Amino acid sequence: MSLNIEMEVKNDILCIRLDGELDHHAADELRQRATSAIEEQNIRNIVLNLEHLTFMDSSGLGVVLGRYKHIKQLHGEMIVCAVTPPIKRLFDMSGLFKIVRLEQSEENALERLGVA
Amino acid sequence: MKNEMNLQFSALSQNESFARVTVAAFIAQLDPTVDELTEIKTVVSEAVTNSIIHGYENSHDGKVYISVVLEDNFVELVIRDKGVGIQDIDEARQPLYTSKPELERSGMGFTIMENFMDEVEVRSEPGFGTEIRMKKHLLKSKALCN
Repeated sequence: MSLNIEMEVKNDILCIRLDGELDHHAADELRQRATSAIEEQNIRNIVLNLEHLTFMDSSGLGVVLGRYKHIKQLHGEMIVCAVTPPIKRLFDMSGLFKIVRLEQSEENALERLGVA
Repeated sequence: MKNEMNLQFSALSQNESFARVTVAAFIAQLDPTVDELTEIKTVVSEAVTNSIIHGYENSHDGKVYISVVLEDNFVELVIRDKGVGIQDIDEARQPLYTSKPELERSGMGFTIMENFMDEVEVRSEPGFGTEIRMKKHLLKSKALCN
């Protein structure tokens, strides 16, 4: 029921893979871990892989939007990939896809950032 | 036949998943679709999170109360707290409005509740608490097919 957060750094890209449920309780840990990785490892771009995310609510939208703002300040980019239909519905409702880019897979996202 | 369930738990963030999973398990007897179950889990999560963050301002010593009534294919959810209450309900229900931007809230909680449920009624008294009453008719697809 909890959230498993896997992070990997490729060049200046932080790949975040989420497995489980992203609610307010899990959002705090994700925010802390992503923020310290961005600050400590010279990160410029984020790829957020939601393939195995089984639940998300508005707290999840908040933490995604927060990381987007952080990476924008560093003149970087954020790509969300492998979004399942129920989670895509929330993104659509919030208008977040008007500012955050969406890709089918992590591979596609990395290609778009110039890392194949 | 009417069927009712009541739940009371500490206003702790680790109980958010407990609350939505328990409500979903109770509603499962109506044979909802996967989408309906996701919608109900999401709105429970939204309302309970509001009680914890806004109602009790993360103070941990309050209680959140949930009651669920099932009747035929109809679900009524009431999620209540005895927290600080909402000063301006219309403002709180505005999409993207949040009273706590410093906590990275998206301001989408009420919008999601309104989108996923047929009816959302908010009653609040500053200093006494907030009650959110939500109603939803489930599709009876299986019964109609038979």
